[in-house]
Amino acid sequence: MRGLQIPLNQTQKVRLQRALEKLESLSSKANSNASVTVADSIPVNYEDGILKGHGTSEFNGEITATICGIVERVNKLVYVRTLRARYKPEVGDIIVGRVIEVAPKRWRLDINSSQDAVLMLSSMNLPDGIQRRRTAVDELNMRSIFEENDVVCAEIRGLQHDGLQLQARSQKYGKLERGQLLTISPYLVKKRKQHFHHLDQYGIDLIIGRNGFIWVGEHIEARDDMVEEQVHKSEQHTTKFDITSASLEEQERTYTSLETRQNICRIANAVRVLSTLGFIISVEKILDTVSLSSSLNLGIHEMLGSEFYVLVAEKEAVQRSLTKEKR
Amino acid sequence: MEYVSPEGLRLDGRRPMEMRQIRGEIGAVAKADGSAVFEMGNTKVIAAVYGPREVQNRSQQMNDQALVRCEYSMANFSTGDRMRKPKGDRRSTEISLVIRQTMEACILTHLLPRSQIDIFVQVLQADGGTRSACINAATLALADAGIPMRDLVTSCSAGYLNSTALLDLNYVEDSAGGPDVTVGFLPKLDKVTLLQMDAKLPLDIFENVMQLATEGCKAVANYIREILLENTKQLESRRGL
Repeated sequence: MRGLQIPLNQTQKVRLQRALEKLESLSSKANSNASVTVADSIPVNYEDGILKGHGTSEFNGEITATICGIVERVNKLVYVRTLRARYKPEVGDIIVGRVIEVAPKRWRLDINSSQDAVLMLSSMNLPDGIQRRRTAVDELNMRSIFEENDVVCAEIRGLQHDGLQLQARSQKYGKLERGQLLTISPYLVKKRKQHFHHLDQYGIDLIIGRNGFIWVGEHIEARDDMVEEQVHKSEQHTTKFDITSASLEEQERTYTSLETRQNICRIANAVRVLSTLGFIISVEKILDTVSLSSSLNLGIHEMLGSEFYVLVAEKEAVQRSLTKEKR
Repeated sequence: MEYVSPEGLRLDGRRPMEMRQIRGEIGAVAKADGSAVFEMGNTKVIAAVYGPREVQNRSQQMNDQALVRCEYSMANFSTGDRMRKPKGDRRSTEISLVIRQTMEACILTHLLPRSQIDIFVQVLQADGGTRSACINAATLALADAGIPMRDLVTSCSAGYLNSTALLDLNYVEDSAGGPDVTVGFLPKLDKVTLLQMDAKLPLDIFENVMQLATEGCKAVANYIREILLENTKQLESRRGL
């Protein structure tokens, strides 16, 4: 079985299998012959003017799939939606990436796509929040914004001739600190209105990047620099005098409480369990899993034990059958 | 030596036109984009595909197509006798090249410009026909990685010993020194992408042997298709709405 390499005892094995079979039977009724593999022909009922989309090609007058996946039809368009593939960028997607290189005027980010993405210095807000031309000094100070191996959140701006351009023109984008980055398969992330989530009860920021990179980190208040600017200017005179107190303040700021760190780990483990089982990742699912684990009084490390995998799978099977009945 | 008994049985008890048992499994390497294990009898091969990803060596980047790379290696424990040079010998280099060319022919490289696809295959157990097994494993891994392909390329070997055409040679039959025809085949397009033979054969016999190998390829293709379809269905049903 793919990806699931956990030691199960006999009863757990049977229970897991039953839950997964149930899931299979639930979905097989919905789309029985929509799955295709490479070089399967896709029946189109000899309609005229069929538009061939991604993952299809024409051979001897019939449309064939070039990848394994699910056939989707939108009016006259026929395309194959891949499972397990690298992230395919779309304009406006919110993604999380890792800086791999600081180049002149740009950072290069690994975003689990077929190419590295480029974040230009000019397409992001400066930390001081002032709109101005980027000078040579800014260029020299680029490492003070992002360094190599930093985790960054940004938005896809578009595909220019030589690569993928990103932008980070808002306070919600930028460097991510004090948290965990999880890498899952991008097909498990569905496009939603919201990809930034502030989980109030845990004090945590959750960013579900469309490229399958998920960030779980301590909540940071989004500061609007434009408003704060005036306040800051008046404060500047006072803060300059006592450097020692400022560094203490700095220390306090970088300290993450034990409770928050535990919450981060718990949520991260919930994502790990869900992605290993191959279930779609959404905030609701993650929160459900987290509350399931805490209602069972499971320790954080116990969430990755085989029993919890089985429980999550069973719960998912029950939940899906319930939603099915409602419809 | 007698490779086919008067009763028409081979050394391992197969009929001349019988293949060894084949088995494939998707998802053997967790970190890779696509991976598979493929077995043909006692030959066992593992394949991992990384990519499409950014080209590592900028000078090799192509603006209109993807760069395909392949590395074939044999595990030190794959054969009984210990190998002197496990890596970089001529045989491995040649097989790497053969697999690369075969896979490149079926990948739609023009859809993935400025990127690179790495295919790594390693022989875990060698019992003849490693070339074929590697190609089959690589096909499974590429399909698992979601890389667009013209068709599933499959491969099978056939030989000619004791005036009988034999399908899917094992190590003993392979080392007999007779002709060994390895065919790489695209079943849907009905095209051959790989044809290798390391001995001489009369033309009419060669056609028979090649026909036999092609039939073997088709059987492998059917099996691979089944595995892929099952895998796709499983992933989709797990994912849910």
